[in-house]
Amino acid sequence: MTKTDFSEMFATINSTVPYIRALGALFDGADEEGVTMRLPFRDDLVGDRDTRILASGVVTALLDHCCGMAVWHAMNAYQPIATLDLRIDYMRPAAPASDLIVTANCFKITRSVAFVRAFAFDTTSEDPVAAAQSAFMISSPTTRVSARP
Amino acid sequence: MTGQFINGNHDGFTKESLLRAIPFSEFLGVRLNLAGDELTAHLPFADHLVGNPMLPALHGGVIGAFMEIAAMAQLSFKEKFNQIPKPINVNIQYLRSGKPIDTFARAHLNRVGRTIANVEVSAWQDHRHHPIATLQAHFLLA
Repeated sequence: MTKTDFSEMFATINSTVPYIRALGALFDGADEEGVTMRLPFRDDLVGDRDTRILASGVVTALLDHCCGMAVWHAMNAYQPIATLDLRIDYMRPAAPASDLIVTANCFKITRSVAFVRAFAFDTTSEDPVAAAQSAFMISSPTTRVSARP
Repeated sequence: MTGQFINGNHDGFTKESLLRAIPFSEFLGVRLNLAGDELTAHLPFADHLVGNPMLPALHGGVIGAFMEIAAMAQLSFKEKFNQIPKPINVNIQYLRSGKPIDTFARAHLNRVGRTIANVEVSAWQDHRHHPIATLQAHFLLA
């Protein structure tokens, strides 16, 4: 399996996650820089009816999810993971009625913990809407657990 | 949503007008219960909130967003804001996986200054003192 192989499953995996489907978020590619997701703008995801700016909670969801995928991308395998913590800095509001793009990079992975950095932006990654730093617990593969008597 | 809450007539938001002002809170299905100026946010379980269909468990982004809304709502009610406070940064700790049942959250305002507020939120399901997640956040008020 090459580095990009497992990421070919990401679109399929996302399609089984009800919340990601409900948001309409899409897998948008993976490379050595990490994983990218895109969220097409929708009026019911707005955080302020007057300004039509995406809710911060939508940005939170996409950052959390994309960080998780970045961990799988770094492992190049599926293993159950759980978000330990997630810190988000909101630098500016997203442009009104614009799509949101998130990129996440898992820059360090140990046996049980993975560390991820992520950015959310609307037009260019040079001018991010939000930045995130997160840590994930990595569970042992279920196959190993079930192999025990 | 009977409108029988005590602080319904202040200058800021009512719980109905606050939820209406945040369309995303309606997408999640958030409800707000006010006892005086103390707020408990309530997130009834719904299928579209699931992040792990195998367990099943709520999506981490759902719990985070729900706690953010609880913080914004508590700030808006207590301080009678006419504008929704904007988060500057949030720090979320996930303590337990969110089961496919209702979730509740309560926010504590650590400090409310002229431009910035520091807020702590705790979210729970079965037991108030067994939080499934906590959040600390700074909000921009002006």
